[in-house]
Amino acid sequence: MTSILGLSLLELCYIIASVTFIFGLKMLSSPDKARKGNLIAAYGMGIAIIATILFKEELTPEKWPNYALILAGLVVGTVIGTRMALKVKMTAMPQMVSFFNGMGGACAAVISLVEFDHLMHAGQVELGMMIVIILGLIIGSVSFSGSIIAYGKLEGKIADRALPAGQVINIVLLLAILGLGAFIVWSGSTSPIYIYALLAISLLYGVLFVMPIGGADMPVVISLLNSFTGMAAAFGGFLYDNQAMLTGGILVGSAGTILTVLMCTAMNRSLTNVIIGSFGGNSAAG
Amino acid sequence: MDNLLSLFYENREFIFLIIVSIFLGIEVISNVPAVLHTPLMSGANAIHGVVIIGSIIIMLEADPTNYFALGLGFLAVVLGTLNVVGGFVVTNRMLEMFKKKEK
Repeated sequence: MTSILGLSLLELCYIIASVTFIFGLKMLSSPDKARKGNLIAAYGMGIAIIATILFKEELTPEKWPNYALILAGLVVGTVIGTRMALKVKMTAMPQMVSFFNGMGGACAAVISLVEFDHLMHAGQVELGMMIVIILGLIIGSVSFSGSIIAYGKLEGKIADRALPAGQVINIVLLLAILGLGAFIVWSGSTSPIYIYALLAISLLYGVLFVMPIGGADMPVVISLLNSFTGMAAAFGGFLYDNQAMLTGGILVGSAGTILTVLMCTAMNRSLTNVIIGSFGGNSAAG
Repeated sequence: MDNLLSLFYENREFIFLIIVSIFLGIEVISNVPAVLHTPLMSGANAIHGVVIIGSIIIMLEADPTNYFALGLGFLAVVLGTLNVVGGFVVTNRMLEMFKKKEK
């Protein structure tokens, strides 16, 4: 149904979704409307998802396995997600948020991997595409591994542990990520070795970034990783020329960053304090 | 340099949209009371689940014999759905608790 009608409907649905995201966030920040805001954003998301499935590509018989897989994925995700979210104890909510945030980050990283593979087979490399794919991969995977560590720490499965020269190692890793990312973009190399090395280092960085941070500061870190995933989603929006992903991602990216700062202020801490201050151990936290 | 300039020119509308959205995001939540920090974080978490659209597009565009893309695409759809559905349900539960507390 890739007719003009279908494509117009698709874009219209994306506009509706973007507006519901804005309204949703706005209402979520006032106590009496918060619940309604959450529902509105959820409806918007549903509209965007259904519209993408129906209007993005022409429905042809050869593609029916793809549609079956999409539906299967949606059903599996919905069943597991609902069960987890309904079963979790009220006191364990923050780690649940962190877990779901990690899933979003992983989703962004996987999208980047598939698109990189496309580039590899297409042979020709566009600079803009490459930058967006690399950034999506880095931020998505840092957000994924970081969120899972944050989840584990709040669940009490992972203890606070600081490496002796943690801060130095982290800076070296960060430089390695930036260097390797810049190298891939610059050289236009589509060799899978580099991209998987980048994936591995980014995952490791996410782990080491969250590992030394004390449990009391965890909500701030989760909020920070949340805004990271927002940015990763926005890069996906760039990749697919997709307005809903772009606005949704950027809104969360910027609102999440401000929220992180607000949370720090509420706890009488500065963001640098939370991230760097606790590298020496967890004595500063709590 | 020419490459970068043309990249900027081709994407000028996106860049405009990004800058406006950044300010919008900041503006929209700037008055949030401290009690709503966690639900708002959770709600925002659900909204960035919009990344699932990317995974659906991968699946739609994938050749039915490209098992690499199909496999990873399926994984991405599941992960994205977890983010969206889990995020909204958890936020709803948090806010439910809220109401009872206030009354």
